[in-house]
Formats: sequence, structure tokens, C-alpha cells
Amino acid sequence: MDLKSYIDLAYIVSSILFIFGIKMLGNAATARKGNLLSAVGMFVAMVVTVFYKEVVDYQMILAGVAIGAVIGWIWAMRVQMTGMPELVALFNGFGGLASVLVGWAEFEFGKSTDPVTQTAIYLAILIGGVTFTGSFVAYLKLAGKMSGRPTLFPAQKAVNAILFLALLVLGVVYVMQGPAWALYAIIVLSLALGVLGVLPIGGGDMPVIIAFLNSFSGLAGAAAGFVILNKVLIVAGCLVGTSGIILTIIMCKAMNRTFGNVLFGGFGAAGGAIGKAVEGEMKGISVEDAFYALEAAQNVVFVPGYGMAVAQAQHAVKELGALLEKNGAEVRFAIHPVAGRMPGHMNVLLAEADVPYEQLCEMDAVNPTMGQVDVAIVIGANDVVNPAAGDDPSSPIYGMPIINVHEARTVFALKRGKGSGFSGLENALFFRENCRMIYGDAKETITGLVAQFKG
Amino acid sequence: MDTLILLLFVFVLAAFLGFELIQKVPSQLHTPLMSGSNAISGITVVGAIIACGVAEGEFGKWLGFFSIILATINVVGGYVVTDRMLGMFKKKGR
Repeated sequence: MDLKSYIDLAYIVSSILFIFGIKMLGNAATARKGNLLSAVGMFVAMVVTVFYKEVVDYQMILAGVAIGAVIGWIWAMRVQMTGMPELVALFNGFGGLASVLVGWAEFEFGKSTDPVTQTAIYLAILIGGVTFTGSFVAYLKLAGKMSGRPTLFPAQKAVNAILFLALLVLGVVYVMQGPAWALYAIIVLSLALGVLGVLPIGGGDMPVIIAFLNSFSGLAGAAAGFVILNKVLIVAGCLVGTSGIILTIIMCKAMNRTFGNVLFGGFGAAGGAIGKAVEGEMKGISVEDAFYALEAAQNVVFVPGYGMAVAQAQHAVKELGALLEKNGAEVRFAIHPVAGRMPGHMNVLLAEADVPYEQLCEMDAVNPTMGQVDVAIVIGANDVVNPAAGDDPSSPIYGMPIINVHEARTVFALKRGKGSGFSGLENALFFRENCRMIYGDAKETITGLVAQFKG
Repeated sequence: MDTLILLLFVFVLAAFLGFELIQKVPSQLHTPLMSGSNAISGITVVGAIIACGVAEGEFGKWLGFFSIILATINVVGGYVVTDRMLGMFKKKGR
């Protein structure tokens, strides 16, 4: 056997480690070990690649790996859990850009003149480029560096369609004849498509788009694998691509929407919302009165949303939960799959605050028991608890599975102001007879309740 | 052409495997699953190493070099951040 065969054997080992890694990431008991296994797989793949006989410049490789490792490690260690969505988006974008550069580098080496390799280069650049700028715009939106609202402009869909068509035509030209100008144009237009594609997507739809871009970065890697005819790239990239699609589908189902609707819907744009006008008025309650109700409660459910992340209220919420439990109440946290800005966002925040794992409940587990709940506390969640999703067919979110807090005996809704949620909808919950609003910063409100319990 | 067919075979089988691998994930694992698989997508680093390691083509080599940096950030950052998150989950639990 020659050296190349040994390298390929090592790639098989890497692939097996990736497969087990992803599999184990899907199970709470094994997730951490799974992550470690896949890291070992990556290490093996990187080390053996250096032994290719074409690879001669070790210093530059080492320098690149060292720089990247230090930057990645520092960012990953320093990030606050509240900053997790934007960091994941940023890392994802870097992966996409790396695939673009690999495709481009192969083009510059000039060895790729057959249509098959050129198709692969085209796909690696197209998918990688969209992933890069798409993730970067998502990063800007999540980090609050630009508005989380959908950015719409006239003829947006037409512009995107023309861009897409141009990319198709350029692709054909490049694959058939391979001129450099076509490739450069493809790079530029792919980057533009990523920006324009994510701009119209609003904050509440971010969980879907983040999961999708994650899947896309894997496919970009697989395409790069076809460029350099490397099997481990194809296997690993494809695994990430397809398992990412599963997550995307889970997110779409949690909103009762199709993926196309998320991409092209411009959901939540100003003025876009319809639905029945809600009758009645919102009734406020003071922190003191809320405390008396909570003190008597036997069964309390917290429903956190993006507002909890914004107010950084998770530690105060944990403290209140612990006090309620000491007071003899059963305490649970009901987590909607798309609450927050990325899949599993609320779980990460509550885990950071040391909320006991057993108290974190999924929507389907909590809903049947909602009738026995004395107090449901909604913290900065809005659309995911809007009963219009269940009983108002004219509502844009009709059919979306929600946490049925309106079935609880009493609902306290913590909210900054009287404005509507991400979707621009009035929330019918807030007008219900059993709902009381507590206005103000969520963290201050919760801290106030904690003080009442202690005092 | 033979190579291409072989690689397409690999791709298609990996695609089916990827769909089967993750079916019912508890929602508390959605973020770690995403950031962990995100780290795996940094596998492009292998291609970047090959592009950067060759002696020829100055410009292409530099593209490979920057690609290594970016992909390694993706890989190392992704794994470390996932491990941190899962560490928080694990502290209690059982």
C-alpha cells in the first residue's frame, strides 16, 4: 500500500468518529462525549492530510492553524451564553468563506479544466459564498448591530430572482468554457445573494435560518470535497448538510410554516400583519399583588422568550424558581422550540443559570397539564403564547403550536411596554380575563418578586 | 469519471445516513447539536491545508492560507463552545 491509501484509511476512521459524534450529540447522556469524539476525528483528518506528498510547506500550514486555533479558542471561551446565537452564526460564516477560498484556490492553480471539477468549484463558491454573507447578516441582526426587523425594499423578490438567474447563467458559462471573469462574477454575486437573501428575514425566524445556514455550510464543504476529490470532506460535509436539514424542518414545524414561507414571506414586516382586532383591555398588576398570588400558588410554570435573553433575567428567574420551590410549589419551565433566536436558545440560558435540568419541559409535556397550573409567568415571550394561533383562522400565526398558558388559572405577562411582538400582532392572551400584565424590565420585576419573598 | 461516480456514491450514502442519524432530538440539545455539527463543517480545513501546502501558485497558496485560518476558527471555536455548553447541562441532570 502506498502512502495515499494509508491517508484514506485514516479518513475512514475520521468519518466513523464524525458519524458517532453526531449520533451521540442527539442524546443528552452522551452529547459531550460525542462532541469530543468528533473533535478527535477532526484532529486525525487534519494531521494525516499533511502527509500528502503534494503538501510540502509545513510552516505556513502550522502558522494558519495556530492563528485560527487561538482566535477560535479565545472567542469560544469568552462568549457569554447570551451571545451564543451570534457567535454560532459567525463561526458558521467562516466555514462558508473557507469553502469559497478552497474553490477559488483550486481555480488559481489552473489544473481544473474539466467540466466536473469546474461544476464542483462553482457549487463550492456559490453555496459557501451565500453561507458566508448570509451568516454574517444574521450575525449583525442577532448582535443588535442592525435592526432585527425584516429589511424590505421595492422589487426585492425580482432583484433576488434576477441575481439567482444570473448565477445560473454564469455557472453554465464557467463550467462550459472556464473564463476567469465568470468565476470572479460568481464570487461577487454569491456574496450578494447571501446578503439579500437574509435581509428580509426577521428576528423571530432566526432559529430556522440559523439551522438552515448551518446545513448549507456543510454542503459547501461537501462541494469543496468534490473539487479536490477528497472523501472525508464529502462525508463530513454531507452529514452536516443533511442532519442540519432535519433541524431546519423541526424548526419550521414548530412554527407551522414551510421553509419557503420563512425565506420569502418577509414575515413580521411593519404593516404586514392582519388578524382579528382584539377586544377588551389589558389589566396591569403590581409586583406586590403578584407576589401574594405566587405565595399561594402550588403549581407555577415559567414561559421564557427572547425578552428574557434581552433583559439577561435568567439568573433572577432561577432564584425566583428556587424560592417558589422552597415555598412548596411545583416549578417548571415550559420551553417552546422556537423561543429565542436560535434552536434551543432558552435551554442554553437557563442551563447557564443552573436551573435544574428536570424543571425544563418541552411544550408537548406541559400543555396537557396547563389546567392544573395556578400561575403561568410569561417572561418576554409573545407569539409563542398567543391563543390566536389556536382560535383565530384569520391570524397569520394560525395553526402554529403554542404553549397554552391561557388555560392556566392566572397568567402574569412580563413585558417592557404595550407594543406588539415580533410578528407585529396584538397578543390576544394579554386581553384575557385571567391575564395580568407586569410592565417594566423583566429582570427588575423578577428581582422585585425575589425581594418580596425574602423580605 | 470512475472517481466521480465513486464520490457521488459516497455522497448519496452519506446523505441518507445524515437524514437517519438525527430523528428525535430533545429541544435542550438543539443548540449543542447545531454548534457541534457546525464545527464538523469546518472539515473544509483539510482542503485548505492541501491548497496551502503545495509549493506552486503564489496567489492560490495565500487563499489556502486564509482558508486554513477561517476554517480552524470554525473548528476549534465550534468544538470548544459546544463543550462549554454541554458542560453546563451536565453539572446537574443526574
